[in-house]
Amino acid sequence: MGASVEPGEIQAMTQRPVSLTRPSSSLRLPNWQWRPAEIAFWITAVAVFFVLPGRLMLGSQVLIAGLFALSLDLILGYAGIVSLGHAAMFGTGAYTAALLARHGWGEPLTGLLAAAAVAAALAYVTSFIAVRGGDLTRLLVTLGIGLLLYEAANQASSVTGGVDGLGDVPMGKVLGLFRFDLEGRTAYLYSLVVVFLVFCFARVIVRSPFGLSLRGIRDGAARMPAIGSPVRRRLTAIYTIAGGVAGVAGALLAQTTQFVGLEVLGFERSAYCVVMLVLGGVGWLYGALVGAAVFMIAQDVLSSINPVYWQFWLGLLLVLVVLFARGGIMGGLGSLWLWLFARPRAK
Amino acid sequence: MFATLAGVLFDGVAYGSLLFLISIGLSVTLGLMNFINLAHGAFAMFGGYVCAMAMARIGIPFLATLPLAFLAAAAAGAALEPLLYRRLYRTSPLNQVLFSIGLTLMSVAAATYVCGSGQQAVRLPRFLLGQVHILGLDLGAYRLFLIAVVAAITLGLLSLVTGTRFGAQIRACVDNAQVSAGVGIDVNRVFGVSFTLGAGLAGLGGALAIAVLGLDPTFPMKYVVYFLLVVVVGGAGSIVGTLMASIVVGIFDVAGKYYVPAVGSFVIYALMLVLLLLFPGGLLRSSR
Repeated sequence: MGASVEPGEIQAMTQRPVSLTRPSSSLRLPNWQWRPAEIAFWITAVAVFFVLPGRLMLGSQVLIAGLFALSLDLILGYAGIVSLGHAAMFGTGAYTAALLARHGWGEPLTGLLAAAAVAAALAYVTSFIAVRGGDLTRLLVTLGIGLLLYEAANQASSVTGGVDGLGDVPMGKVLGLFRFDLEGRTAYLYSLVVVFLVFCFARVIVRSPFGLSLRGIRDGAARMPAIGSPVRRRLTAIYTIAGGVAGVAGALLAQTTQFVGLEVLGFERSAYCVVMLVLGGVGWLYGALVGAAVFMIAQDVLSSINPVYWQFWLGLLLVLVVLFARGGIMGGLGSLWLWLFARPRAK
Repeated sequence: MFATLAGVLFDGVAYGSLLFLISIGLSVTLGLMNFINLAHGAFAMFGGYVCAMAMARIGIPFLATLPLAFLAAAAAGAALEPLLYRRLYRTSPLNQVLFSIGLTLMSVAAATYVCGSGQQAVRLPRFLLGQVHILGLDLGAYRLFLIAVVAAITLGLLSLVTGTRFGAQIRACVDNAQVSAGVGIDVNRVFGVSFTLGAGLAGLGGALAIAVLGLDPTFPMKYVVYFLLVVVVGGAGSIVGTLMASIVVGIFDVAGKYYVPAVGSFVIYALMLVLLLLFPGGLLRSSR
């Protein structure tokens, strides 16, 4: 993107055969280095712990919503798979963690892994029907899967608690050392560490050759088979991975709040997840976290003014973003950055 | 046994007629403009509230509120189409979905603000209450009325689409909007008029639905799946297809809730998935 190619280089590239073992500079994988802005972002997240000790429960909610939106960014932003039923995986993760804890396995970290495994398995199974057809079919199929699962959890109230949800989930100490406290100090740090680790994992994925092939599928699915990319298998793989990440987010919610309600599977959760991602900016990874933060803080402020009508402002925001600001916050920052610092160059 | 089966079928058909009335506009939007309008239920809700408010606050009788509901929703559609929807015909389905979810949320909050969050009630005229005996069956008078209204409207729509110049223009635009514009059809006008008509019919459907489905601010969220399902099954842009699909969905839903109440809404969602999988894109014009 930023690399400028001299006319001579192009000539040289077209004249000698491109070596597959040692790619020339313009064919290298994206830069893996952490940029200063990225480091500043994570330092801010740590600083919140010390600066706003009273708002840590909200903070961990933001982190969890951000992780959930991040998992959607993996499929939507990088592979172009639209979904209106992503909460299916989130809710499955949440119920897995909560049910494990209620049946005597309250250790958080293994609970997270189990939730990720179950959610990923669900994503793998459903991927065969969710990742096919055009955008409209995908939207409707994922919506249908989400509603079906919600209805199933509603009916199986002996297991899931139905409308009442599962309260008082007995949760063990993190690493056997840190008990979940009422102020949410453990919850915040635990969520932050998990989100950071998963973020690193996602960052590796999207910058790997696998991630690049996903972008290729997003931008031109018809051409990818021509260069030997197994499109269906790639889409199934990323859908499964994203499902696992969503499961981790759900499990985090269950563990930090020690409660799981039916709404973890609801359509609203799926829809709000898309809203957060679009608000933050699709296809940046950071957009998911920024969008979740803005969304959750706005929700907190506006619903404290009036809980019923905050939906109105949310709807208005959504309409305005779609009409006037398609790139979301990250897209806006990106253009601002270019406008401020990029010297106009002859192409 | 036979009587209950006939009763379920009858209720299913009546329910399906309602679904048809509300969904036909959505089907046209999807077939003509490839626009996924999740906010379509909001037009139905708007019509419903116009009906309920006109009765409760002004005292207009029920039958006289129905044209009002149609006109109000059609006016809303006519105002919103060029202002907002027209800008988004060419964008991705995701943007359309987000936009229409945004509109839905705003309509829900606005309805709560104006009319409160409770259920609205209508007072039906006396001749629509009670039962009618036909062939040894007790049929609800209001449901018979519903079926009759929808049958009349369907015939009207069919003659509009097959028998008039404007209908021919609509069919041409559903088939291929680009070529239609090329032969001199004012595509924007066709879109605008059919959107307005669809919104008006949804408003009428919303008003008629109060006595069957109830009406509260969450209406557009609660029933959007049904409208989508009807359009998906029926094939976007087809009147007969939408009618058949509405009745199938109506019967399945009523029968599912009557015979296997434990499974609840499961039947309808499962039906949606199965149909989508059997006809991936086949019944949908808009998926490439």
